[in-house]
Amino acid sequence: MKKQIQVPIAAALLLVAFAIAVVIYNEQQANKLSETTSKNASLLVRDYSPTMGNEDAKVTIVEFFDPACETCKAFYPFVKRLMASNPGRIKLVLRYAPFHQGSDYVVKLLEAARLQNKFWETLEATYESQPSWAAHHNPQPERLWMLLGGVGLDLKKAKEDMQSPTIVQRIQQDLADAQQLAVTKTPGFFVNGKPLIQFGYEPLQQLVDTEVRNHY
Amino acid sequence: MNKIPIKQSPENAQTGWNLVFVCWILAAVATLGSLFFSEVMGLKPCVLCWYQRIFMYPLVVILLVGMFPLDKGVVRYALPLAVIGWLFAVYHYLLYSGYIPESLQPCDQDASCAKIDLELFGFITIPMLSILSYTAIIALLVMFRNRTNQKQLKLK
Repeated sequence: MKKQIQVPIAAALLLVAFAIAVVIYNEQQANKLSETTSKNASLLVRDYSPTMGNEDAKVTIVEFFDPACETCKAFYPFVKRLMASNPGRIKLVLRYAPFHQGSDYVVKLLEAARLQNKFWETLEATYESQPSWAAHHNPQPERLWMLLGGVGLDLKKAKEDMQSPTIVQRIQQDLADAQQLAVTKTPGFFVNGKPLIQFGYEPLQQLVDTEVRNHY
Repeated sequence: MNKIPIKQSPENAQTGWNLVFVCWILAAVATLGSLFFSEVMGLKPCVLCWYQRIFMYPLVVILLVGMFPLDKGVVRYALPLAVIGWLFAVYHYLLYSGYIPESLQPCDQDASCAKIDLELFGFITIPMLSILSYTAIIALLVMFRNRTNQKQLKLK
């Protein structure tokens, strides 16, 4: 028999089988994810969740984020651009998913800043300075205090407010909701209750565009 | 001088080649399968899984090189890898089934070697698949060696 042909054929068959398995598995997972989301749709937004944009917007982006997550940082300006290009039609709801070590500290800080109406400014400063406090092998969220100079927070008050048990409850609630909604990685996006299945800028853009088209 | 013509049986050579070929298929399936578990299904490989991968992946390359042209010495290079990998697989299996206490395992917090992540049809686990593929590869390589040894004996 022809050995020279046998090997490439076998290799090709194996790779094709692998590719088919990937497609089937992803399809199944996508269906499961959509099911999980629609079953738990009521958990997507909590009344305390920070929201940006027009209250009456018909397209809602829910983002589970971690302030120490580089991809969340990278997506933040993209989401803002999406909102800017559809003025008044999109609102953004943030949910906390502090999966990284030390991230819950930063979320508490963000909630404290929110009491001073400086949530978004602080979030932006937090993302900006992320490399200096969120190194994976050695996260030092306490360093953030030195890096928030430009925001104009009352730092002393924020430090006190951070201790509030309400904030801890909110974080726990968000983490519990994330688990129910099968969010295991950040950022986790949902647009009008539909999960972002294939991750990336373009899929998110498409999902948002479809929803905008359907509602306006 | 040996005047008796040595029987060069092309049939025999083909069977020998096929044995290595089947080994290669097994190694390739194991490699792709493990990648499917980790990259597609998102199961994090534990430390022991990594050691088994380390000794399985190179077999795909070594066996392939040994097939073109058929190198009878391929067993010398492939068998040690397979045996070491097999030992890790057995250790992992014993850990999985609880014969070795979990406290003895060299695991980090991320992925526990003793936690069972996947059970196909209720009883097939990943370490079991690993043992099966290593065992089959070892058996076939030994068969191949015996076959070639016999031929060499005849030559003498």
